[in-house]
Amino acid sequence: MRKILMVLLLATALAGAGGCASKKPKPGASQSTEVGANNGADSSGAGADAANAGNVGSDEDVAGPTGGLLAKRVIYFDFDSSDIKGEGNDVVAAHAKYLASHTSTRVRLEGNTDDRGSREYNIGLGERRAQSVRRALMLQGATEAQVSTVSYGAERPAVVGNDEAAWSKNRRVEIVYLGPGGQAAPVQPQR
Amino acid sequence: MRLNKPVAYIVTALMAIGCAIPAWAQLKIEVTNGVADPVPVAIVPFAKPPADNSLDVAQVVEHDLQGSGRFRALARTQMPASPTQPNAVVMTDWKNAGEDYIVVGRVVPLDGGNLAVDFDLLNVLTGQRVVGQRFVGTPGALRNAAHRVSDVVYEKILGIRGAFATRIAYVSVEGQPPAQKFQLIVADADGENQRLVLESRYPLMSPSWSPDGQWLSYVSFENKRSAIYVQLVRSGERRQVSARVGINGAPVWSPDGKKLALTLGGSSGNPDIYILELQTQNLVRLTDDPSIDTEPCWSPDGKSIYFTSDRAGGPQIYRIGVNPGDRPKRITFTGNYNARPRLSADGNLLAMVTLDSGNYRVAVQDLSNSSVRVLSKGHLDESPSFAPNGSTIMFSEREGNRGILATVSVDGLIGLRLKSEQGEVREPAWGPFAQ
Repeated sequence: MRKILMVLLLATALAGAGGCASKKPKPGASQSTEVGANNGADSSGAGADAANAGNVGSDEDVAGPTGGLLAKRVIYFDFDSSDIKGEGNDVVAAHAKYLASHTSTRVRLEGNTDDRGSREYNIGLGERRAQSVRRALMLQGATEAQVSTVSYGAERPAVVGNDEAAWSKNRRVEIVYLGPGGQAAPVQPQR
Repeated sequence: MRLNKPVAYIVTALMAIGCAIPAWAQLKIEVTNGVADPVPVAIVPFAKPPADNSLDVAQVVEHDLQGSGRFRALARTQMPASPTQPNAVVMTDWKNAGEDYIVVGRVVPLDGGNLAVDFDLLNVLTGQRVVGQRFVGTPGALRNAAHRVSDVVYEKILGIRGAFATRIAYVSVEGQPPAQKFQLIVADADGENQRLVLESRYPLMSPSWSPDGQWLSYVSFENKRSAIYVQLVRSGERRQVSARVGINGAPVWSPDGKKLALTLGGSSGNPDIYILELQTQNLVRLTDDPSIDTEPCWSPDGKSIYFTSDRAGGPQIYRIGVNPGDRPKRITFTGNYNARPRLSADGNLLAMVTLDSGNYRVAVQDLSNSSVRVLSKGHLDESPSFAPNGSTIMFSEREGNRGILATVSVDGLIGLRLKSEQGEVREPAWGPFAQ
C-alpha cells in the first residue's frame, strides 16, 4: 500500500481561545459581557421593539405587604395540575384584595414544577400554573397591568430531593411584589 | 417612552470566554457497559521531541477509542515493543499479543512553532498499512489533533465516521436559589478542554449549536424573565433575539443556520412553536393550540419541525411542515409521556424522553416503522442529543441529587458516564462535525 500523507491544517481558533494565562476566569473577563450585551441591544435593529416588548419596567423585588395571609407568598399544586387548592385559594384571595385596593402595586408570579420530565415542557407547565393564579387574581379585582408571570419550570427548586416531600414543595407559584415602576409597566394601566 | 435596559443584562451575567474551568469541574469518563467483542488495538506512545512535556497524544487516542466501548486498548505495560515508525513494527510480536491493529506515531516540531502529528494505522493480521496521515496545528491544538487521529482510526476500522474531534455544550448548576450559579460550558466531546461561555445567577437553559459550530443559542433568565440569545462561541459576542412577553424558550437552529425554531408563550401564557429568521427578525407562527406546544426540533432537510404537545392530554411528539397552514401529525403512540424530540442526522431516528414504568428515560423511535427502544436505565434521564455521526446519544441522568452526563450507543450496547466532581451538569448539546 502506498503511503498517503494528507496535510490538514487545524483551525487555530481553538488554540487561540486558550489565551487566558490563568486557570481561573479573570475578573476582567466580565468586560466582555458589556460588549456582548450592548451589541445585542444595538444589532437587534429594527426588530428590537418587537423582540424586546417584554423587557420593560423595573422589576426590583420588594418585601410587599405583611400580616395574615398576605405574608404567605407561595401557592402549591398537585402533580400535573394547575388547579389552585385548599388554602391556596385563601392566599390568592387576600393578595387579589390587596392589589385591587393598591392599584399601582405590581406582582410577578413565578411558576415552578418538580424536576421530573423534560425541561422546556416543564417551563410550559410552570407557566400554566402562573397563569392560573393570574386569572384568579384578576377575577378578584387585580388588573392585567398589575400581574406579570414568569415560568422557571424545574430550574429553581425550593427543595432538592427525589421524593414526593420535595416535589410537592417545588410544584408552586411564588408571588413576588415589585418596586414602583408604574411609568414603565409592560401594559398601560387600565382604569 | 419605554426604558431601554441593556444595562440590566450586564449586572447578572459574567462572561469568561476562553478561560479554562478549574480541575475539580472536569468530567471523567467511566464505561458503564460495552460491546462483547471490542476490537483489540495497541496505541503505542508517540515519539516526541526531546524534553517535550506536552500532551501524551497516544493516551488521548487510547482514551477516545477505549471510551467508545468498541475498542479494547492494550495496556502499555503489556506492549512487546515501542515502535514509532511503521517499518519498525514487528507484526508477529503484536499478533502474539492478541492485537488486530497497531497505531504508531510521531509529534514533529515544524518551523514557525507549529506541530505535526504523523501517525500510521497498521493491520497486524495482514501486515499492511491501513492509513497514514499528518495533522498540523499549533501546540495548543494538539489535543484536537489527537481526537482527529481517533476519528480516522475509528472510521477506518469500523466504517463509521468518528465524532471525537467534536464539541459539546452543556449547563452546569451549583447551589440552590437564591444562591444558584448557572454556567454554560463548551468542552471537547470527551469532556476535556472545558471553556466557560456564560455565567448567571438565574437559569440558563436549552443550548443549541448553529450548524457551522460557531454559535450557540440558549435561554437566559438573567433579567428575571426568559430571553433567547445567540452567541459567537469564540469571541463571546452575543445578540438578544427574542425577549417577548411570556415564555421565550427552546431555541434550535435550522439546518441552513438562518433561522431558529422556538417557543413563545405570549401574555396569555400559551406556548406555541414559531420560526424566527435571524437576519430579518421575521417571525412565523407554526402552531396555534391552547395546549403546550414546545421543544421544537428540525428535520435534517429543514422542511418540518418535530415538537412536544399535550393537545391530546399528556405530552406526545408531533410533526408539522414549516409551510404556514400545515397541520400537525402525531408521531408517538407508545406510552403516555413522550417529550423533547431530537432527530439523528440521517433523519431516521427520533430520540426523546419517555416515561417507562415510572422512570423518565431516553428512547429512540425508528421513524420508518415506529418501533421504540428504551436506551437508558435511570429514573430521571433527559435532554438526549445525537452525536453528529448518529451512533451515540448524550443525555443527562441523575446520580443521587446531582445531574451527570452520560452517553449510550443507539443500539443500546455501549454506555458511558462523564462525571464531574462537583455541581450538577445537564442539557448536553452535541455540536456538529468540525468544518
